[in-house]
Amino acid sequence: MIERVCVIGAGTIGSLFAGHLAQVVDVSVLTRRREHADALNERGLRVIGRSDLHARVHATDDPDELAGFELGIIACKGTDLEAVVAALEGRFPDATLMTVQNGLGAEDVVRRRGDWPLISAITFMSGTRRSDTEVEYVLDTPTWLGPYGDTPYERVEGVAALIVSSGLEAEAFADLRPAQWSKLIFNATVNGVAALTGLPHDFHFAAEERPTDLGRLVRAFMDEGKEVARAAGIVLREDPWEMNVHATKRGSAHYPSMLEDVEAQRPTEVESINGALVREARRVGVAVPLQTALCVLVQGKEASYL
Amino acid sequence: MKVCVVGCGAVGSLFAANLAQLEDVEVWAYDLAREHVDAINVNGLRLTGAGEVVGQVRATADASELPACDLGIVATKAMHTEPAISATAHVFAKGAVASVQNGVGNEEAIARHVPRVIRGTTFPAGKVLAPGVVQWDVKGDTTLGPFEPSPAPAEEIERLADACTRAGMPTHAVADARPAQWRKVIFNAASNPVGALTGLTHGRICERPDLRVLVSALVDEGKAVAAAQGIVLDADPEELIDHAARPDFAYGHKASMLQDVEARRTTEIDYLNGGISRFGRELGVPTPLNDALTALVKAREASWGQVLHSQTRSQGGA
Repeated sequence: MIERVCVIGAGTIGSLFAGHLAQVVDVSVLTRRREHADALNERGLRVIGRSDLHARVHATDDPDELAGFELGIIACKGTDLEAVVAALEGRFPDATLMTVQNGLGAEDVVRRRGDWPLISAITFMSGTRRSDTEVEYVLDTPTWLGPYGDTPYERVEGVAALIVSSGLEAEAFADLRPAQWSKLIFNATVNGVAALTGLPHDFHFAAEERPTDLGRLVRAFMDEGKEVARAAGIVLREDPWEMNVHATKRGSAHYPSMLEDVEAQRPTEVESINGALVREARRVGVAVPLQTALCVLVQGKEASYL
Repeated sequence: MKVCVVGCGAVGSLFAANLAQLEDVEVWAYDLAREHVDAINVNGLRLTGAGEVVGQVRATADASELPACDLGIVATKAMHTEPAISATAHVFAKGAVASVQNGVGNEEAIARHVPRVIRGTTFPAGKVLAPGVVQWDVKGDTTLGPFEPSPAPAEEIERLADACTRAGMPTHAVADARPAQWRKVIFNAASNPVGALTGLTHGRICERPDLRVLVSALVDEGKAVAAAQGIVLDADPEELIDHAARPDFAYGHKASMLQDVEARRTTEIDYLNGGISRFGRELGVPTPLNDALTALVKAREASWGQVLHSQTRSQGGA
């Protein structure tokens, strides 16, 4: 029975989890900044947009002040994961931890710091952070969960049911990898191209009319990714190209986080997304010259400002 | 003889101002930047840097003011070739016209408007500092040869090369200018878009082993397309790339395409990587990386038409 949830990292995704879950269980929040925790304790957390909620949460920036919990949702960015998980080492031995980072490898980073039962998750929901205490829920697309290692599937189902009961979309899978890989190929391509070109995820990504149209390149990137998945023995849950075409037909163009990061000259998730795909390709012996070029170009872009 | 420089930006100005030093050459310049044209007519065209030169050049933005000329030098950005030569073609009814532009495909555009065309490639570089004043950054050689489908005769090419050389712009008249041209286009196509997409200077690109590998892979595609045309490059573009990365040469140089991207100007990608891809398609030589970089840089150009509404931005899923 899950009665206490800790959301670790209160960016957009973490805030959406915290705001909704606080409607059904006791929620604590571990923030990076002291002022953020103070503001949450003082004013609570507001969710607007597709939900209209006000949540009371217990927030702190100090892991020593955290009360115990049964479920920890690690929702920080991939670039902060190592530091965040180091702070959890040796604590909360009875908790199950869930990772929702983009790309591959987050579970391994957590595993190196402790033997908590782990749940892999990927989320397609999106929102906009208005302030430290207000987040807009924009796309109510689901979060998908699966067991990592020998975590029992029943526990994954329990967490999915809890998330659904809080008003968010979620689904449990016995094997998350088919979905995880669909998203990996999608993200590596769309995030990487957006970061290099400055284009939000708009119609250009699906345009294939002329030889130099961007959609042709997007398709070629995704074909390489699909080849890697095939060689790794993964049967994709969704075709990343179809995901791309579908997403570009939505009303407003999405700004991939990697584009936001390069515009703000922050470190990007290129290592855990594009880097992960290129490393997997090498591991299974598939040549991915285009994905490799994309990866090294984004790394080069990062190097130009970091 | 009368020479008309079509497109009097940095490179065009180097030719125009230097040629104007010769007693036997009358230099005209056609350019659409009115302030630049006016300054040239009032104060002369001044070069500074690698050489201090003031040339008496007659400049105009109105092609109907140009006299009939014996020789033309087209030095516009590659995407402006078509309108520039179609406006000035009448000047060269009895003359020959050389391209000293970046990329491939310029001579083809010129040949649609004038009868005798000279294929050319040039290494000197500079930048316009102010109207009528051009910084001469790098000296270098120019190579001229016939454009095979509508060639200028060898004497005409030699006449232009001789004038340029006497004026201080060393120029070689050759039977086949393609090896020099393809060496330069391969060099530019391998280095320019990588700089434009990453924001890195040439030296920093070459310091990153992964990016240097990408640069070489781009060079290899270009070499394959050159080889399929029977072109034997006059030197390995890789040497040029490593040479340019030296701290005493162009380590800190921002590729012109990076400068274009930073200023949100249309780039020459269609004539560099796009040109290599086009020739590759016609010859059945695959150029996946050149195709990719062409699409990425064109998408970057397309992004400038986008209005950024921060309030519509959402984060999360991707």
